[in-house]
Amino acid sequence: MSLLAFAIIALVALGSALGLVVRRNPIHGALFLVVNLGSIAALYLMLGAEFLAAAQVIVYAGAIMVLFIFAIMVLIPGKEETGPDPRRALRLWALPVGGVLFLQVVVLLVISRGAPPAAPPAVSGGVETIGRLLFTDYLFPFELTSVLLLAAMVGVLLLARRRA
Amino acid sequence: MVPESYYLALSAALFAIGVVGVIVRRNPLVIFMSIELMLNAANLAFVAFGHRLGSPDGQVLVFFVMAVAAAEVAVGLAIIVAIFRLRRRLSVDDLNAMRW
Repeated sequence: MSLLAFAIIALVALGSALGLVVRRNPIHGALFLVVNLGSIAALYLMLGAEFLAAAQVIVYAGAIMVLFIFAIMVLIPGKEETGPDPRRALRLWALPVGGVLFLQVVVLLVISRGAPPAAPPAVSGGVETIGRLLFTDYLFPFELTSVLLLAAMVGVLLLARRRA
Repeated sequence: MVPESYYLALSAALFAIGVVGVIVRRNPLVIFMSIELMLNAANLAFVAFGHRLGSPDGQVLVFFVMAVAAAEVAVGLAIIVAIFRLRRRLSVDDLNAMRW
C-alpha cells in the first residue's frame, strides 16, 4: 500500500521535474516546480518528518516560489530562448553528464548493499524533537543562519536600490 | 514499508534532472529553479538517511539547507534583476563579463 503511494508520488515528482527542464515558458517551469516541491513534502510525510513537510510547503512552495514568480513577472520572460543556440554542441553534453551522475549513484547503491542494520527506533519528526536539537546540539549553526539571513537581506537591499 | 534505497534512487534521479536543467537552459531564472531541484534532491536523501539511522539530525540539516536556499534565492534573483536593468536581455550567454 505504502509502496503504491510512493510509486505515484515519485512519478509525479519525476514528471514535474522533467516538465521544469523541458518547458520553454519559465512560468510553466515555476508551476511544475511547485508540484515537485509538494510531492517531496508528501515524501517527507511518508518518512515521518512532519515538521519538514510543513516547512517545505510554507517556505519553499510558499515563500521561495512566490519570489520566483515575482521575478519572472518583472523580467518579461518567454523571448530569451528562441532563436538559434550559439553553444549547441556544448549543451548536448548535458544528457551524458546527467546520465553518468545518475548511474554513479545507482552503482554505489547496488554495490554497497550490505547486511541491513537492526531496525532503528522510530524517530519522531515533530516540532519538539527538531526544536530540542536545534537549540542544544545545533545552537551555533542556528545562530550563524540568522547572521546569514541578515547579510542576505542587507545585500539584496543594496543590489535592488535604484541608482541615480 | 518502502525501502530507503528507493528514496535515494528518486533523489539521484531528481538531482540528475536538475544538473541537466542547469546545463541545457539559457534563462537564468530556470537555471535557478533547477538548482532548487538539486537542493531538494539532496534534502530528500538527508531525510531518507535519517529515517534509516533512526536519528533526527538529518532533518535538522535539511532545516539549515532550507534557510541557506532562501538566502541564496533572494540574493540570486536580486543579481539577475540588476543585470536585466543593465542589459535589457536575459540570457546566460551574455554574462561573460567575469569570464576567465
